[in-house]
Amino acid sequence: MQGSTIDEYQVSPNSEPSAEGAVAAHEEHPDYRVLGLIVFLASESLMFGGMFASYLIYRGVSATWPPEGTEVELLVPAINTIILVSSSFVIHNGDVAIKKNNISGMRLWYIITAIMGVIFLGGQVYEYLTLGYGLTTNVFSNCFYLMTGFHGLHVTVGVLLILGVLWRSRRPGHYGETKHVGIEMAEIYWHFVDIIWIILFTLLYILTLF
Amino acid sequence: MTQTETAPQSQATSHSSHPTAWKWYDYFTFNVDHKVIGIQYLVTSFVFYLIGGLMAVAMRAELYTPDSDLLDPNLYNAFLTNHGTIMIFFWVVPAAIGGFGNYLIPLMIGARDMAFPKLNAIAFWLVPPAGALLLGSFFFGGAQSGWTSYPPLSLITANTAQSMWILSIILVGTSSILGSVNFIITIFKMRVPSMRWDQMPLFCWAILATSILALFSTPVLAAGLTLLLFDINFGTSFFRPDAGGNVVVYQHLFWFYSHPAVYLMILPIFGIMSEVVPVHARKPIFGYKAIAYSSLAICIVGLFVWVHHMFTSGTPPWMRMFFTISTLIVAVPTGVKIFSWVATLWQGKIRYTSAMLFAIGLLGMFVLGGLSGVTLGTAPFDIHVHDTYYIVAHFHYVLFGGSVFGLYAGMYHWFPKITGRMYNETWGKVHFVLTFIGANLTFLPMHSLGLQGMPRRVAMYDPQFTAINQLCTFGAILLGFSVVPFAVNLIWSWMYGPKVGDNPWDALTLEWTTSSPPEIENWEVLPVLTHGPYAYGMNGRNGKGLNPSAPTSGEPAVEAK
Ligand code: HEM
Ligand SMILES: [Cu+2]
Repeated sequence: MQGSTIDEYQVSPNSEPSAEGAVAAHEEHPDYRVLGLIVFLASESLMFGGMFASYLIYRGVSATWPPEGTEVELLVPAINTIILVSSSFVIHNGDVAIKKNNISGMRLWYIITAIMGVIFLGGQVYEYLTLGYGLTTNVFSNCFYLMTGFHGLHVTVGVLLILGVLWRSRRPGHYGETKHVGIEMAEIYWHFVDIIWIILFTLLYILTLF
Repeated sequence: MTQTETAPQSQATSHSSHPTAWKWYDYFTFNVDHKVIGIQYLVTSFVFYLIGGLMAVAMRAELYTPDSDLLDPNLYNAFLTNHGTIMIFFWVVPAAIGGFGNYLIPLMIGARDMAFPKLNAIAFWLVPPAGALLLGSFFFGGAQSGWTSYPPLSLITANTAQSMWILSIILVGTSSILGSVNFIITIFKMRVPSMRWDQMPLFCWAILATSILALFSTPVLAAGLTLLLFDINFGTSFFRPDAGGNVVVYQHLFWFYSHPAVYLMILPIFGIMSEVVPVHARKPIFGYKAIAYSSLAICIVGLFVWVHHMFTSGTPPWMRMFFTISTLIVAVPTGVKIFSWVATLWQGKIRYTSAMLFAIGLLGMFVLGGLSGVTLGTAPFDIHVHDTYYIVAHFHYVLFGGSVFGLYAGMYHWFPKITGRMYNETWGKVHFVLTFIGANLTFLPMHSLGLQGMPRRVAMYDPQFTAINQLCTFGAILLGFSVVPFAVNLIWSWMYGPKVGDNPWDALTLEWTTSSPPEIENWEVLPVLTHGPYAYGMNGRNGKGLNPSAPTSGEPAVEAK
């Protein structure tokens, strides 16, 4: 019957034999956190997807988009975009560094990424303060603030993840050539935030030019 | 039942550092064992089922007479909203996916636990606060706008309770996304090395398809509800037509989740059916691959049919065409499954256990519900009966007849595995008869009410419908009582029932190879697969140990070659 045969030689190699000669049941399973994060982010991108789709419907049924008086600013967001996109390359350098066991290099690149993230958030706050309209002005501004705000929240979480990595990296031996799951996860999350921003920037800023 | 307890290895060598079994109070703590979490889900969701059921009986009592003399209309609406919400989000989904999924998936694929045990516990512990939030909304008048919470209604009636409702749904949604991530990684990565994809039990396929569906559809609902929350509390106007908003956007976001939600509820139940039917019919399942792939097909097509709920929302004709056709297409893989089970039953040596009775009852009810579903899938007919009791009849046949019967079948089938004891078969049969008669008495007459034009979601109705409504109310009361033999039987048997061995049904899937109840890390030594999960001999009618009370050896009933 299924599973009725117990073959001790086929048991997972990392299990330690116990005193009784039976095989102890505590073998560690491999670390699937990176995979889990990717699956989770696939899910999250549909949350943004729902908002993007709604935005496109509102845009489609409106005569003027964005309506008079709620035009977007372009300079600061463009600079912000450049900063965020380049930060994806910066953080990748950190990942390359740790795989060469270069912890201080990794720290350096991650610190730069965190600073770039904070600058991005600062730019967003500046933009909010100078736009001259608020969340409730009209449907465009509703979408604008909700979508950028929601993305800003994700950037904040990303910065916190990076700070978490930096905090842990102070402990000697915590990260290294073979131990860098946390670092990798922070990087993947950061790329995700970046990709979402590129779509957001296209929808909210570039498309309003046409 | 005379079989002595086996599982010699697990008793001979216990880990010095680990307890060998959980104590009762372990079930009230943050425990990371998938079996504890599964039971936590099952018990919690059953409590919600009782609460939601009481609301239903209260509503039916109100509908006993044409006037609103028992509940005032606002309270009726609050009951209606919370009944639907609880039954879907707090009963069927958590019981089927969270409960059975967590308990069985690692056992069925030969793993010691889920891929992310802590995440699993976190996902469960999001449910009780979400439920508290939902029930707490009654102190603020209760959400009024139905389980769909369509604007503008939900905006007109907007109150604190509506916001609590939204937050509660977002919380359970988060729980189900985290659960899905866990299931997907577990099934992909943690099967015993000897298990090929085509040897995986069908329940695992069903949970895999369900998880993919939940993963992609739930966040879209969360997006829609977030917009609604902002409309209610922060002055935005996404769904306020007078301020440039658009209510149809909400409907799209809502149904992109909630159509798949019907499969979230039914696919795991299909999975349970595919385990229960072959075991109690002593035959290999007919069309293993067809069932496995049709789950995936339902999962994919199911993501593209949501607009059939919006035929009356000004949907353009070409879209109606497209979504009518795609809706009818979903009926095909569903039909494939039904035929497979019937073919499995065909000439099987059927044991009429309580589990099997519920499985057969499910077949009957679900076929009826599916047929009325197909009639609804065609836009012209749907427009005729839209928002009448015909709809209520349809979805209760699939939801009650499909999901609830399936959950009962699963509970009886795996009860001996979970507790190590056998339930009382006679009381199980009493439970079945009461439930079957009750359900049909309640929901069958509703078809006729709907065709005659009685609208749904009302506390008062035209006196000409009185007689049929009273019939439905009697049925509902019977259904209420039917829970008693079930609950008493299970609690009593859990404590005092006769002990059974590891595999009282002579089933072939992996969960039956460990002790009953399974030890803490499932197996002392991970099992090795020697053949597929449904290989019940080559002559299916020759089954040994057909009677659960007959002694069975630890050896397979029928050895496959
Ligand atoms: C056999 C395939 C099915 C088809 C073709 C189908 C079709 C439909 C259609 C077209 C509607 C919309 C009626 C309206 O205009 O209000 C509907 C409603 C509904 N269906 Fe199904 N259905 C099927 C299976 C299921 C299953 C398996 C479930 C749940 C387990 C389910 C649960 C519901 C519910 C809850 C509603 C009510 C929605 C509301 O509040 O308006 N259906 N179904
Ligand atoms: Cu649907």
